Amino acid sequence: MTKPLLDHLPYAQFLNLKTEVFGDQVTVVMPFSDHLIGNPLIPALHGGTTAALLEMAAMAKVSHLYPRLRLPRPINVSIAYLRVGRATDVYARAEIRKAGKKVAYVTAEAWQEAHDKPIATLTAHFQLDDSTGD
Amino acid sequence: MTNPELLAILPQLAAGSAHTHALGFEFLGHEDRRVRMRVPYRRELVGDPASGVLAGGLVSTLLDHVGGMSVWLALNQFQSIATLDMRVDYMRAAAPGRDLLAEAECYQLNRTMAFVRAWAFEDDPNDPVAASQAAYIIHKPSLRDQSQGDAE
Repeated sequence: MTKPLLDHLPYAQFLNLKTEVFGDQVTVVMPFSDHLIGNPLIPALHGGTTAALLEMAAMAKVSHLYPRLRLPRPINVSIAYLRVGRATDVYARAEIRKAGKKVAYVTAEAWQEAHDKPIATLTAHFQLDDSTGD
Repeated sequence: MTNPELLAILPQLAAGSAHTHALGFEFLGHEDRRVRMRVPYRRELVGDPASGVLAGGLVSTLLDHVGGMSVWLALNQFQSIATLDMRVDYMRAAAPGRDLLAEAECYQLNRTMAFVRAWAFEDDPNDPVAASQAAYIIHKPSLRDQSQGDAE
């Protein structure tokens, strides 16, 4: 098995993201680190770290199901922040809800202590056609 | 007139947390309701090692953050806020090797919510790499330190 996509991406490494694959289930972990803190008073993770984790988890899932893609490219992403991101590890998992010839619609959730208490959700469209765009 | 106390802390609000410091965020200035920031190009922040293009997640983080800055500017003071949601459209790949700038404008505000548009670009705001639309919750000052930072 080749190395997971995110292991090759500098920004995923900057966030220290770890990919865990079981069959078609792809979980991405963002271990807590001080450099992820956006609000030292609470303390809370910067919302951008969670957004980036969700986007990377979606990319990892698309890449897992479409290995012919060099790199899945998001067209747009929408993030809803549901709970404050505490100073602990974050997990994220994505699902492809619909995939056509050119575009995939993907949702993802990020959670900390419990999977049924997501701290943020993502909905996104990804380009499946490598030939368009740059 | 912009509150001088707010003006004095804007650079700190742009780059003062561990995460924004690690990313190298910089406050560039403001004009009317618009605020501008920069993230200097660095290999660590790249999303596509083959092309050297900056990561989408970094662009989202920059847009989220500059958006928050525009809310404080519109409030004319620092208050605890939290992003409720944000939608980002990625129009094109960022130019490899170039710093990324971002501008935001809080175009509407009420007692509890702020509504923001933001865009990221290298040179020209009219040729954006990405654009976002976001809503921020404004916490009451008295609740500031107990802030849950969430929508509950």
